[in-house]
Amino acid sequence: MGVFVPFAAIAASALFILSLMWMSHPSTARRGVRAGEIGMVIAIIGALVQHEVVNYDLIIIAMIAGAAAGIPMALLMPMTAIPQRTAISHAFGALAVGLIGAAEYYKHAHPEYAGGFIMWVLMFEMLLGFLTCTASVVAFAKLQELMGSRPVSFPGQRIFNGAVALATVVIGATLAIDPTQTWLFPAFVALALLFGILLVIPIGGADMPTVIALLNSYAGLAASAMGFALGNKLLIVAGALDGASGFILALVMCKAMNRSFANVMFGGFGKVIAGVAGGKDDRVVRSASAEEAAMQLENASSVVIIPGYGMAVAQAQHKVSELYQALTKKGVDVKFAIHPVAGRMPGHMNVLLAEANVPYEQLVDLDDINPELPQADVAVIIGANDTVNPSARDDPNSAIAGMPIIEADRAKSVFVIKRSMNAGFAGIDNPIYYNANTQMLFGDAKDMVGSIAKELSGGGSGLH
Amino acid sequence: MTVNAFNADYLFVFILAAFLGFQLIKKVSPLLHSPLMSLTNAIAAVVIVGAITITGEEGATPLAKTLGFIAVFCATVNLVSGFMITDRMLKMFKPRGK
Repeated sequence: MGVFVPFAAIAASALFILSLMWMSHPSTARRGVRAGEIGMVIAIIGALVQHEVVNYDLIIIAMIAGAAAGIPMALLMPMTAIPQRTAISHAFGALAVGLIGAAEYYKHAHPEYAGGFIMWVLMFEMLLGFLTCTASVVAFAKLQELMGSRPVSFPGQRIFNGAVALATVVIGATLAIDPTQTWLFPAFVALALLFGILLVIPIGGADMPTVIALLNSYAGLAASAMGFALGNKLLIVAGALDGASGFILALVMCKAMNRSFANVMFGGFGKVIAGVAGGKDDRVVRSASAEEAAMQLENASSVVIIPGYGMAVAQAQHKVSELYQALTKKGVDVKFAIHPVAGRMPGHMNVLLAEANVPYEQLVDLDDINPELPQADVAVIIGANDTVNPSARDDPNSAIAGMPIIEADRAKSVFVIKRSMNAGFAGIDNPIYYNANTQMLFGDAKDMVGSIAKELSGGGSGLH
Repeated sequence: MTVNAFNADYLFVFILAAFLGFQLIKKVSPLLHSPLMSLTNAIAAVVIVGAITITGEEGATPLAKTLGFIAVFCATVNLVSGFMITDRMLKMFKPRGK
């Protein structure tokens, strides 16, 4: 059995790599999940047959309990809750890493490990693990709307955060140099947990895609650090893959908002500029009815639908899919323009629309859809705001200047489905609403899209 | 006893895996960024390997057993629900005409 252990680690690493490789395209992605699952089973068997492992009762109980909690969670979780689930799963993963680190620390709390490599790595691993844990819980609470999604700030925030960070690092370093000071250890854990909370409370809802991606990266790096501490190459590989993935996603998100990591983490976005939108003016807003929208859509040859977080909030994805089906049946070419930061996590809109049976070929990325928009007859904006705001492109003084947008305003005509004239998350005025080719459809996204789809499929008032 | 010194082999493995990860993830279609995140999260739950050792090894203290037990539980929740939800999401991505 002893021979099996290293080969199990190699096989599992290879399968994890294949798993990510197959994620490159929807047609092979499910094979990727299978590969990952097999890799995981091999890794677990490898761990269970180690010579060191002699007691199985607790392990079996914990695994059964974990499966009993995890299976219903996976089967019952509605797709709209995917961002929350992702956040809480980062918390679970990071907590596991932190606790293993704690157990390892107590095992190594002897003078002979003082200042050694293992201690330094363990401290780093626990810092990342515990802070990611509470940071993810806060992200979860914000996404689940257990707490407000607006940034939380208080006077002296940066100084306080800096002090907590410094104290955590100093205590961690003290423990690494002298691990026998076990009385300091709970303080270290508490400070790391506190720092995680402080890190995420000043970040607003619309920045969640970046934050979730970053936390994904941290959780991976923590796992990798644990691999260094335990001398386990499988953990190093799996953690590095996860860390790289989260990091790239976070970069994609930042690029899509034209912001830096530092700006997302410390910017307090949304709060600062919220005052600007308040000004009243006499610009004219044209509004239209569902019938009028249906008529214009019916006569179009190409339509681009731009969904945003509002679509997810209104749970309108199934009605949007009905609209897509109705238009496609009438020979209208319908595409969906997906902004990378639309929604609350990377790929959020894609998952919701795929759930509603929109074929994935119709879901088009920002860079590919923009050249097509000037030829589009109608653009329909559903619950998106900042991602279609032309001032990001035209007004160098705008708070979102330089952020890549979906150029909906270039379409021949534009419909905006919106509850009211309130500003978007960033609190910035959106000139697209006042354009001569824009018509507003005021109402709940689900109801409005539903009535347009009904008009189109002949169930309406028979206006046409 | 466990090695208490820095082992360059580990760093070597880490660097290679990180580079490979960057190349692989860059090729993932933006369509699948949500399932990608839940998949990598499930894969990172391989820390269960460490948790199993802590919980079950000879001479584990009650504290180590307790911490290990919770860690095995958390990691199992993540890996089971992570793989299953990823698959549920991917099942929904259908090409035209299906």
